[in-house]
Amino acid sequence: MKAEQQYIDLFTRYESLIRKRSSEVLNKYRTGALADFERFGFPSATCEDYKHTDVAQAFIPDYGINLNRIDVPVNPYDVFRCDVPNLSTALYFMVNDSFYDKVKPEVKWPEGVYVGGLKAFSEQYPDIAGRYYAKAAAGRDGIIALNTMLAQDGFVVYVPEGVTVEKPIQAVNIFRSDVNVMANRRILAILEPRSQAKLLVCDHSIDDVKFLATEVVEIFAGEEACFDFYDLEESSRSTTRFASFHVKQEASSNVLLNGITLTNGLTRNNYYIELNGEYAEATLCGMSILDKEQQVDMYSHITHAVPNCTSAELVKNVLNDHSAGAFSGRILVKEGAQKTAAYQTNRNLLVTREARMYSKPQLEIYADDVKCSHGMTTGQMDESALFYLQSRGIPKDEARMMLSVAFTADVVDHVRLDGLKERLHHLVEKRFRGELAPCVGCRGRRP
Amino acid sequence: MVNNMLLEIKNLHAGINGREILKGINLSVNKGEIHAIMGPNGSGKSTLSSVLVGHPAFKVTEGTVLYQGKNLLELSPEDRSREGIFLSFQYPVEIPGVSMVNFMRAAVNEHRKYNNLEPVSATDFLKLMREKRAIVDMDSKLTGRSVNEGFSGGEKKRNEIFQMVMLEPKLAILDETDSGLDIDALRIVANGVNSLRTPQNTTLVITHYQRLLDYIKPDVVHVLYKGRIIKTGGPELAIELEKKGYDWLKTEAGE
Repeated sequence: MKAEQQYIDLFTRYESLIRKRSSEVLNKYRTGALADFERFGFPSATCEDYKHTDVAQAFIPDYGINLNRIDVPVNPYDVFRCDVPNLSTALYFMVNDSFYDKVKPEVKWPEGVYVGGLKAFSEQYPDIAGRYYAKAAAGRDGIIALNTMLAQDGFVVYVPEGVTVEKPIQAVNIFRSDVNVMANRRILAILEPRSQAKLLVCDHSIDDVKFLATEVVEIFAGEEACFDFYDLEESSRSTTRFASFHVKQEASSNVLLNGITLTNGLTRNNYYIELNGEYAEATLCGMSILDKEQQVDMYSHITHAVPNCTSAELVKNVLNDHSAGAFSGRILVKEGAQKTAAYQTNRNLLVTREARMYSKPQLEIYADDVKCSHGMTTGQMDESALFYLQSRGIPKDEARMMLSVAFTADVVDHVRLDGLKERLHHLVEKRFRGELAPCVGCRGRRP
Repeated sequence: MVNNMLLEIKNLHAGINGREILKGINLSVNKGEIHAIMGPNGSGKSTLSSVLVGHPAFKVTEGTVLYQGKNLLELSPEDRSREGIFLSFQYPVEIPGVSMVNFMRAAVNEHRKYNNLEPVSATDFLKLMREKRAIVDMDSKLTGRSVNEGFSGGEKKRNEIFQMVMLEPKLAILDETDSGLDIDALRIVANGVNSLRTPQNTTLVITHYQRLLDYIKPDVVHVLYKGRIIKTGGPELAIELEKKGYDWLKTEAGE
């Protein structure tokens, strides 16, 4: 419990301060979370699902945490130049793990819609927040428990019944600090029945110090609700992130999750999707472009609890240099979940001999009338395709780039926001060309 | 005297995985000519075309190849293309995710860059695509798709010829482009080749059968057998081969 102890001590010592600078709804779960954290600890490398990521190691260094919620002297609107501009999104910021409320976009949301900070939301609407907060992401593992113990704020999207939010919402997580810092981020998306919204979350690290993030994202999609969640990580090599996404879907709801890692240090993304109402549909896409020592470890667990639901999973990784990737995809079809359709594809491209990919599809099926498939490939670039392009006058490096972009194109094509799709195709190409320039605002960032 | 020689192969030995397939090829091709290379299966026809475009799997062990007076074997595959050599592949590769438009624009612009020309503008490029598509009667639906992805055998061959007319090579090598084509497709392929016919453009037609040669009239016909050219003649040689097969030549070659 060496790695855990400093967090337990920290919490015990500063509990009253943590509570004071947060809200009732969030505070309600801290004591239970502490008990969970003491019970689970950090997932150990001996645990099958964490074989390829040493979690405790990442938490051992001493990071600062802004428990007193001191304003970080930064205006994100000044320092941040987004890589996905002109999307006409409503743009919000989280600095480390605080919602930035000094400047907000001028948007007139439809009646009843709330987009903003979690602390403020849960103070203003404790009933709604209390109904959902920590309801999808409890009791799973020590990282989630730690996050629930320490999180003081976050980002929230609430869309009431029958309301469609036309304008895409964009939330940018900015890591900004002069010393090593840890952030405990929280996102809560509540889509009441027959509501619709699209959310794009971007992660950026704008300083060269070490950053450690825990992120817990909870998504509730009511009957016939429709929600797109795009998660674009463009952080730094000295950023470590442990994120988990918890989705609960009711009947005929449609949720798309698309997680793209362009630059990072070490990332672990866990996806838990529960299809709890008939005819619900979930699409989970993931993609990472890795080089140098980058690492991305993705775990997904999709549960078909009732009949007639569809899930489709498409995950691609391109691994260069000494980078490493892991994919573990579990699909659970419960007894009685007849007419389930569940598809899973994981394809990985190893550019160098030194790059490593660990992939493990897992299907667990307890119903007898289902359509399930999974396919996994890990291999090198197609030499005959490379030669074909060269033989038309395209230089080898350019041909490699074209094939890499092509390899990941279908993940980007799943984006249902036209502007973002185009922009992502462009960003991916820049990433492969090694031209993903540091943002104007990202000081010292070396992608 | 003006040197009219485009390609000069001397004593070419080459193979794959340590196995020698070409055992001393000698071949001279002048600008503006059409040469046919015929021969039974396994005689080295496809190896010859692969070596000429620089396929990395094939190793040249002896001999020289001069192209426009340059040492061809020293050039990278992309430079050979930009110097005007084009191979219509026997088995064109499917490349999912790379659109025909992007592929062709990249290729055309690389050729232009090599010749110190500005990249072609978007509108001019689309116009060019339209014009060339018409020559090979290719549906715009095909050029809107990924390279060869889901194309039928005939569509793939037609796409090869489309790329050829886009890039306007000085030396086009058609490797069994006629195999598996119906008579209409064959006519379209021939139409593409003939549309490029100028005193400067040269074509090397590699084929099993005389069929394609009804549409593309060769000036010279060579017979390749066991890695060597054992007979060279005029167009009448192709007709003779069609009638008599290859056995009489094998006998003549001393087998």
